[in-house]
Amino acid sequence: MNDTAGSGGGVKLKIDGVAKNFGGVRAVSGVSAEVQEGEIFAIIGPNGAGKTTMLNMISGFYHPDDGSISFEGTNITETKPSEIAALGIARTFQNIALFRGLSVLDNLMLGRNVLMKTGVLSAFMYWGPAQREEVEHRARCEEIIDFLKLNDLRKTPAGALAYGLQKRVELGRALAAEPRLLLLDEPMAGMNQEEKEDMVRYVLDVNQEWGTTIALIEHDMGVVMDISDHVMVMDMGEKISQGTPDAVRADPKVIEAYLGTTDHKEVA
Amino acid sequence: MEWQFLFELTINGLLTGMMYALIAVGFVLIYKSTDAINFAQGEFVMIAAIVVAGMAANYGFPIVAAIAVGLLFMIVFNFALERIVLRPMIGRPVVSIIMATIGLALMLRGAGPLVFGAETRPLDIGVPDEPLIWGPLFMTPIDVVGAGISIMFLAIFGWFFMKSRKGVAMRAVADSHMISMAMGINVERYFALAWILAGVVALLGGLVWGSAIGVDTQMAALGLKVFPVVILGGLDSIIGVVVGGLIIGVCEALAAGYIDPLVGGGTKDFTPYVLMILVLMFRPYGIFGKPIIERI
Repeated sequence: MNDTAGSGGGVKLKIDGVAKNFGGVRAVSGVSAEVQEGEIFAIIGPNGAGKTTMLNMISGFYHPDDGSISFEGTNITETKPSEIAALGIARTFQNIALFRGLSVLDNLMLGRNVLMKTGVLSAFMYWGPAQREEVEHRARCEEIIDFLKLNDLRKTPAGALAYGLQKRVELGRALAAEPRLLLLDEPMAGMNQEEKEDMVRYVLDVNQEWGTTIALIEHDMGVVMDISDHVMVMDMGEKISQGTPDAVRADPKVIEAYLGTTDHKEVA
Repeated sequence: MEWQFLFELTINGLLTGMMYALIAVGFVLIYKSTDAINFAQGEFVMIAAIVVAGMAANYGFPIVAAIAVGLLFMIVFNFALERIVLRPMIGRPVVSIIMATIGLALMLRGAGPLVFGAETRPLDIGVPDEPLIWGPLFMTPIDVVGAGISIMFLAIFGWFFMKSRKGVAMRAVADSHMISMAMGINVERYFALAWILAGVVALLGGLVWGSAIGVDTQMAALGLKVFPVVILGGLDSIIGVVVGGLIIGVCEALAAGYIDPLVGGGTKDFTPYVLMILVLMFRPYGIFGKPIIERI
């Protein structure tokens, strides 16, 4: 649907030599990567590898100290989070970030905020075009509610839901924005096996049925290797490997980072 | 006779309470959406009333035109205030925002009389003075009108926050600034909207209270009533503000009716604060607030 011919072919997101320091800590240094249109791209690595920092830079919460990021050919290195959301990048958070006091439906409707025509005064006008638009948005939210099987929970305050369901609502809210790039920060963290399987199925469905490009961070190796088209491995703020799941799994540097062997040769 | 007196005090207390709620809702609007504690809400009410009364008395504006000028002034003033003073302070410690609003409050107390003169002026918005007598019940017309205006606008606000898209977005901003940004909500724009709405509410408060007690810098003291109202009712909702306002209104009326004659007067003015301190001692999370249980 978004074949940006001429602007880098199938490259959805291009990260070029990005670096970020916090005080003296080098959270990310010199990372480059490309996310292809329509794929599932996973970022993995031990704790503190800089994965979330990476995601925060893509979504505009941090700005890189060095390097650049572009989305569909548009440079978004210094763009504000609200504007990046408006460009078509939606995200979820590692620690659930729902509006706890608002209902599930309101949370989803707010996900569509970027698609709504603005104008403070129009809020006071409930009739006419404003109402038609409202009905339209509501209908799309209902589709997502059906898709994620949240039907009975529309009016429930998000903060009152069980953990796994909150994660699902958060995914739904990101989907409500009809993003062309979806960023998921540990979508399966803290879930039991059943919840994980559900979430994997939803992520795959979103990718395959709606053609949404997805970049995700995940700790569950099994899941990552199963669903991803490409994997990037980070350690200590640097990219240490990238490729297909099989290639990455066989990379000695990846094994070292994960098993923590100090002298790789001796073991091998 | 005794129960009639109680009934009359209660009814009048409820009417006054609704008018307190109108002032407190401006404070809550700002606190909820921007996390700022605005010590100048009383001064907003005062300056709005001074502008309206001043335009009418000094420049001979008809009352409707004076109100329009007041409305325009409050919108422009609060918009500029948010833009110039408060927005750069986002992310600073809460205490610096509090200090800024206290400074603003004192400035407004000086600036109003400086421009329009310091005398106490009546504000006539066309409400008659003769008391309404309804059976055994004595009511002041402006209290009835004021309570009516409060109910009407609180209902509009309630609808706005619960049903309208902008209102829902505003609740989202109140819930979390960071997540709102991720949703593509321009958080700063809603901060501006909150301050503007607080200015509009202050104008309404200024009109009804100005008509009831006359317009001068004393009106700013109304702002202090906000604190017992929100402590008692809670900061979370418009309902909370109404409940808090009604409790304070009735409590004042009863103190004036029963305690003042015994001790020679004055208890009406501090009873709300005594109640507030008692509540803080025994239910620090407010009468209706839930205790926050922290998981360790």
